[in-house]
Amino acid sequence: MTTTPAADTAVTAAALALGDDALVLSHRLGEWAGHAPVLEEEVALANIALDLLGQARVLLSMAGDEDELAFLREERAFRNLQLVEQPNGDFAHTIARQLYFSVYQHLLHDRLASGDGPFAPLAGKAVKEAAYHRDHAEQWTLRLGDGTDESHARMQAAVDALWRYTGEMFQPVEGIDGVDWPGLESTWRDIVEDVLGRATLTLPEGPRTGAWRAGAGRQGLHTEPFGRMLAEMQHLHRSHPGATW
Amino acid sequence: MATAAARDTAGGPTAYDAPADPGDTAAFQRAFDAAVAADERIEPRDWMPDAYRATLVRQIAQHAHSEIIGMQPEANWITRAPSLRRKAILMAKVQDEAGHGLYLYSAAETLGVSRDELLDKLHAGRQKYSSIFNYPTLTWADVGAIGWLVDGAAITNQVPLCRCSYGPYARAMVRVCKEESFHQRQGYEMLLALSKGTPEQHAMAQDAVDRWWWPSLMMFGPPDDESQHSAQSMAWKIKRHSNDELRQRFVDICVPQAESLGLTLPDPDLRWNEERGHHDFGAIDWSEFWDVLKGNGPCNDQRLSRRRQAHEEGAWVREAAAAHAAKHRNDTTGATRA
Repeated sequence: MTTTPAADTAVTAAALALGDDALVLSHRLGEWAGHAPVLEEEVALANIALDLLGQARVLLSMAGDEDELAFLREERAFRNLQLVEQPNGDFAHTIARQLYFSVYQHLLHDRLASGDGPFAPLAGKAVKEAAYHRDHAEQWTLRLGDGTDESHARMQAAVDALWRYTGEMFQPVEGIDGVDWPGLESTWRDIVEDVLGRATLTLPEGPRTGAWRAGAGRQGLHTEPFGRMLAEMQHLHRSHPGATW
Repeated sequence: MATAAARDTAGGPTAYDAPADPGDTAAFQRAFDAAVAADERIEPRDWMPDAYRATLVRQIAQHAHSEIIGMQPEANWITRAPSLRRKAILMAKVQDEAGHGLYLYSAAETLGVSRDELLDKLHAGRQKYSSIFNYPTLTWADVGAIGWLVDGAAITNQVPLCRCSYGPYARAMVRVCKEESFHQRQGYEMLLALSKGTPEQHAMAQDAVDRWWWPSLMMFGPPDDESQHSAQSMAWKIKRHSNDELRQRFVDICVPQAESLGLTLPDPDLRWNEERGHHDFGAIDWSEFWDVLKGNGPCNDQRLSRRRQAHEEGAWVREAAAAHAAKHRNDTTGATRA
């Protein structure tokens, strides 16, 4: 395949955007290890984190050296969505974040897999993983939404709190062609509304709940917790410049 | 397959045919003893002495608890792993430990005790887990040392359990041992990379081995003449080798591996004894072992309170799952999967 330098740059930008989403969410899920509410979820959350880390490694390697990109970039150079960097919160927040992201990722990879672009091979595998992640998130949304009064309240609070971070997912990603972003958004919204409805939960109101609408992660603007996350993630690697592990 | 295996019509194999008179305990005891003597597997539906059942519950529970408490010292490094490859390996390893916990709690359930009961006992401090996990993981190299030494010691202990007289435990151990040996190789490979890396990395590896060597030797339990449960467990073929025998086997395996790693073991008395055909090694500080066992190790309080906290914070989630399942028990839709 021959590509022009400009096309290469665009592919690199897209690989970073998708790769950073997977890297950062994997890291957050990895923080659950040893803290999950039930042993089966230790296995499930680690499984999802491992799938995402695998995707991140393929994607970052399309853009350069995976470790240099993960451990030596500054916060402002990361291109992930603000949604995925949000702290785990309680289990309901983690599940709400999983629901929003896995439905998005499933739809996006499904479209990428059916094309013949540079991401089609990765997306063909990732779409199967995302289908499992989505099923996991949907089942837990149903259990928590339609469980006890406490779990219902916690799950509603979580979907409300994270709603403002969902708009950014549908801004076109440089380097990804052939995706109908408004169409993706409306399909995403229908799916999420259906799941929340079955879980006796309410779809959050407004364009995006809250006065401030998030959405500049793809441009390298992140939220405060992200810097601390990176400090922890990068510290050891940066302490030994040039070392191999 | 047991030669005398009878198919119980209610399901599941049995090791021996039940005596004709269901009230004849002595006949059951004789049949049980004969099955154990013939190296047959005792199965959940078989009659077994109460003390045999209690011993297995204690041992399997302790093993299961060790798996889930053992996640903590290694999970401590997941968020700081220095390369994405190492991060993937470590996450997969910690996940395997959760999986081992699941098989082992399931094996215990075949003896009539639920996971919830066992967890309650762990949280109340009434059941133990392996004392090794009461030591802290201070540097990244500790992850490698745990893999090489702690998992190595665990395998030495556990391989014989694949032939344990109780079927469900033996079968769980086959799978556990396969994964543990993978972890041990990964730990060795990680230490090798550090040992051959920068001087700082080498020093980090040596420091970790210095700190984990003696606690690993203590994992085999007290010396044979002080071991509380050993004799009966050997007779029941739950245990196949003595603590000291396994410890010696482990030392003999580690010495050449340490040489290949380019690391030293922190024991000035360690040397090959031609006459015995084994390595001699220095005296173990058993006062430390008993002290950590009593709860005075560096991380006993931390490990247990972290475990309790995760359990308590997850209570509302487990309650929600149970409530959801109860509401949807009669559904014909996919919503009953809780």
